[in-house]
This record gives sequence, structure tokens and C-alpha cells, in this order.
Amino acid sequence: MIRRTLLASAAAGLTLGLAAPAMAQDDPTKACFVYVGPIGDGGWTYQHHEGAMAVKEEFGDKVEIAYQESVPEGADAERVITQMALSGCDIIFTTSFGFMDATNNVAAKFPDIKFEHATGYKRDHPNVSTYDARFYEGRAVLGHIAGKMTKTNKIGYIGSFPIPENIQGINSYYLHAKKANPDVELVVTWAYTWFDPAKEADAARAMIDQGVDVIAAHTDSTAPLGEAAKEGGKVIGFGQASDMAAFKTNDDGTPGPRVASIIDNWAPYYIDRVGAVMDGTWEQQASWGGMPEGEVVIGEITEAVPADVKAEAEELIAKMTSGEYHPFTGPINKQDGSAWLAEGEVADDGTLAGMDFYVEGITGEIPN
Amino acid sequence: MDLSSISPVLLIASLMISATPILLAAIGEMVVEKSGVLNLGVEGMMITGAVVGFVAAINSGSPGLGFVAAALAGAALSLSFALLTQVLLSNQVATGLGLTLAGLGLSSLIGKPYEGMKAASLPKLDIPLLGDLPVVGRMLFSHDIMVYFSLLLVLAVWAFLKYTRAGLILRAVGESAESAHALGYKVVQVRVAAIMFGGACAGLGGAYLSLVRVPQWTEGMTAGAGWIALAIVVFASWRAGRVLIGAYLFGGISVLQLNLQAAGMTWGVQYLSMSPYLVTILVLVFISSNRSRMSHDAPANLGQTFHATR
Repeated sequence: MIRRTLLASAAAGLTLGLAAPAMAQDDPTKACFVYVGPIGDGGWTYQHHEGAMAVKEEFGDKVEIAYQESVPEGADAERVITQMALSGCDIIFTTSFGFMDATNNVAAKFPDIKFEHATGYKRDHPNVSTYDARFYEGRAVLGHIAGKMTKTNKIGYIGSFPIPENIQGINSYYLHAKKANPDVELVVTWAYTWFDPAKEADAARAMIDQGVDVIAAHTDSTAPLGEAAKEGGKVIGFGQASDMAAFKTNDDGTPGPRVASIIDNWAPYYIDRVGAVMDGTWEQQASWGGMPEGEVVIGEITEAVPADVKAEAEELIAKMTSGEYHPFTGPINKQDGSAWLAEGEVADDGTLAGMDFYVEGITGEIPN
Repeated sequence: MDLSSISPVLLIASLMISATPILLAAIGEMVVEKSGVLNLGVEGMMITGAVVGFVAAINSGSPGLGFVAAALAGAALSLSFALLTQVLLSNQVATGLGLTLAGLGLSSLIGKPYEGMKAASLPKLDIPLLGDLPVVGRMLFSHDIMVYFSLLLVLAVWAFLKYTRAGLILRAVGESAESAHALGYKVVQVRVAAIMFGGACAGLGGAYLSLVRVPQWTEGMTAGAGWIALAIVVFASWRAGRVLIGAYLFGGISVLQLNLQAAGMTWGVQYLSMSPYLVTILVLVFISSNRSRMSHDAPANLGQTFHATR
């Protein structure tokens, strides 16, 4: 007891003496991030961390950032989030679909802390928001390029898990490839992992062996591009989540497999939400930004893509950014041939958020 | 579904590449376990090998040097395990798990500046005559040197354990350290040597991932391959030939299920992915169902610490 009092008074003394200039300002707002993979994955988690760093840059000393990498989706996640809540975080971002239940469970116990869950749909408590990005807008652009660039008319998509986010991407990718090239055939492979470079490389290899020459990935590492690079220019791919610019050119100076990329840019959202906590205007919401909000960005389209295709892709980007065009605009049928969207009809967010069907023309079934 | 689009030739070719990292790690771990030591740190040694090999290959421009550095790094890390378990007599299970954690952390520290870089990969060997054979040439004789090295290593380990005096001593140490000690063999020295061999093999396996299979460094890139290697040793009931079969089976099934998916099959791929693990469990149940068979397969002193009291 005595010791504690002593320490406390010492601390008070220190605060008075040394920290006087800083007194004008309140405690920094603490923003915490839970990552599913390592920051060094060069993809998904890397981009979330970039967003976190942007928050730091925006607010400087007024904000304190804490994060935890490679948190498994499961019981561990709940433990990590609880620990963060106890450590004085004001807002906690949980950046993977699999953290959904853990986030809501912890949020129930800490009503004063704000929780933001990425790519989920559960908001069981008033202090839980969800946020997502309309990746399918970016996939539309990649699909267009894929359709134009394929020589074998077989394009591939490495899925992580059969969840709506992936299925939106697959459908959008296919629809726009098909528009660009009616003969195109889509091969989907599920890796059942977000991050396992060896397995992702194997998945790319399996598709290449079967004649696929354009590969899009929905997993987190750069391995599929690495595998494509071994084919000496015959196979191309896209940067996923992050720009993956290292694959633009090979070591020998020849053009590399990466011809474009879909970049997740979380910075605007993170700055907005942390800012809202600071000025007390944070409210529960379900955010779903895309190209107009600057959350989905297409990285540099390289010289490997013919100028006319590049121009078409850029036009597509411009139209989606202005809101003029929605990637899911009818007429679109479901895989079984039943009508989904009538001519000119646009998909509503509810259907998209729970998307569990392929569009017409995709072969294979969605595993469950 | 169009199964005809799967080419058996390419399937087997990619299976061999896919299985090589776990084969290397598993054959090393088998020798370690044969000497009576259970090193659960395979994952940590693999990923350390992966990062050190990658860094060495980038800085020297030679993937060959990368592999050498990876083997040394794996061995060096395993030496810390040897020191703790053989000299300071710590618990092998706990120390092995600690080694994995340490390896994962160390590798991400070393690898930080090398993220997103690309290293020169091993060239595919151009074997005259054999490589030109139809079908078989593409399937078996168009790989890089490490694939053949791993196969030779399995053969060498098998011959070493079966035919050499040193191999017999190593097995004796694993079966009964007390007896081997009584006969005047240096139990701790033998075990330390085995542990370092296992570390070097795991390092090579990791480097194969970062230099050939994925060719790049990403944090956590082994993603559990070390644990699969451990499972294979049990699956193989501590025999070199079966380690080869086990590794190719694990690698083969993972490649096969992806190929089946790419060919349009969606039913049952999850079951196929889980089948190697199920088989391992079945093998475990099988070998432990009968006491005499169990004592026949597993090294009798596996996981026990040895302290020479006399």
C-alpha cells in the first residue's frame, strides 16, 4: 500500500513537473488493430497496417496505435481483443471475417469501447460497426483485362474461402471477362486459407498446368505471381490487396507477370473513424465503400496491356468512380439460368452482402 | 468437370516439387527421433532456414550458397535446442515448442528488410538423354538439383541406419540410452549430432520453400509445413522409405485436390485435403493398438532425457 502510494505520488510529481507542456492536450486516443496475418504478407494485412500508419500520420501525437499480428481466427482472437480492450484502447479494428463472433462477444463486455469489424455483417451491440470495401468493383476491371489478355481463353481465380466477398469477386471478374471475350472460361480453385504461400503457389501451378494463362487471387500473399513468373511471360496475374509492384518486371528486365493490381486502401476509412472517436461523433454503421470513396484502387496498368485495353479499363474505373456504372447491372442470370437482374436493374447491397450463387456461365459449384 | 484436363505428367512433376520441403524436414526429424530425441521445433528451424537461405541468396546472388547458409542456420538453431535438452536436461516437448516460437519470431526479424524482393531461383537441371525421354523426362528428370538431393538423402539415411556401425550406434542410443552409455558410447554427443543433422535438413526444406517453390520471402511462409513433417515421421513409423512415401502422399494429395478443383470438381475436395491427417491418426491408432508393434516401431527412449549418473 505504502509503496503504491509512493509510486502514485511520484508519478503525479513527474506529470506535474515534466509533462506540463503536454497538459493542454487530452490523453491520446488509442486505436488498436487485430491482424489475421503478418504485416509482411505484402497483401491484405500489409494494407491494413498502412491504413493504421496513415492514422498516425494524420493525427500525430493525438493518437496512439497498437496492433497484434498473426492472430488466429478462433478462441485466440477473443483473448487478444479482450486484452486490447483492457489495455485502454478506445477503438479496436478487427481486420478479418473470422473475427466476427469474437468481436461481438468482447463488445458486449466493453460498451464504452468502439469496435470496427472488417468484412463481417454482425452488429449485435451498438458499439460495433462493420466496414468492407467493394472489391468487386476492382475485380470488374481485372476481369476486363483478363478477358482481353487471355490467349488460351481460360482464366483462373484462386479463392480463399467460399464466403460472399469471394463470390462477389468471382462473379464480377467473370462477368467482365465474358463481356470482353465471349469465349472465356473461368477456373476457380479454393485454397481454404488466407495465407499459405506454398499452397497458393500450388493452386496457381495446378491451374497453369491445365492451361490457365491469367490468374487472379483472393488470397493474401504474392506466391501466385511468383508461380506465374516461372512461365516466362506466358502467364499473367494481378497484384492482390497490395500493389505487388516487385512483379512488374522480372530480374532479367523482361516484363513480369503483374499487369495490374487491386489495392485495398483503408486509410480514408480509418482516419475518418478514429477522427469520429476523437470528436465524439462515432456512431454505429455498416460501411461499404468502393472506388468513389477511394477504398478500392487499381494499381498501375503496365505496358504489357495493349493501349486500347488499358483505355477501356480506365474508362470502366472512371464510370464506377463517378457512380455511373455498377458492376452488377442486368440482365444477369444465375448459374442455373433463372433470372436474377432484369435489363438495367442494379444489384442491391443486401443480395450482394449475402451472395451465395454463381452467375450464368461459370461452371462448377460453390462448396459449402 | 473435365478430368481430362489434368495431365498426370505435370501432376507428378508438381507433386515432387511440392513434397520436397516436407520430405527434407521429415527425413532430418526422423534421424533425430531415431536417436531418442523429440524435437518439435521443426517449424521454427524450417522458417529460419527459409529466411537465412533467402537473405544469403539475395546478398550473394547464388541460390546454392543460400541452401548452404540455410542448412547452417537450421543446425545452429537446433544447437540451442541440443544445449537445453542434452546438457541442461530441459523438457524436450516444451523446448521444441519454444524453438518453433523463437524461430518464427527470429525469422520475421531477419526477413523484414527483404520483404517483396526476389532471389535468383535454382535452374532446372538439363539432364542429357534422360531429360529428353518422352513423358518420364518431363515428369521425373526436369527438376532442380534439390529434388534429387532430397531423394539421395533419403537413400543415404536409409543405408546409414541399416548398414553402418554409426547408424547402429545411433539407433542403440535411441532405443536404450542407458545400455549404449554402459557400452561406452557417448549418448549426448550422438544425440547432439543427430539434432544438428535434423536442424540442417529442416533448414534446407525451408530454403526450398523460399528459394524454389514460392521464390520470395513472406513472413510465416512455412505455414505449418514443419508440423506436417512431424506427422510424416510418425506416419512412416520411423522408416526412411516410408518417409518418402508419406511426404509424396501428403504433397500429392494437396496438389491433386487443387488440380481436381481446377478441373471443376467441387465435391469432396475438403475430405481429400484432410485425408493425410486422417491417415496419420489411423496409423497412430494402428501402431499403438498393439504394444509389441508399438515397441517395434517407435524408438523406445523417444523423448526421454538422459543423464549419465554413473
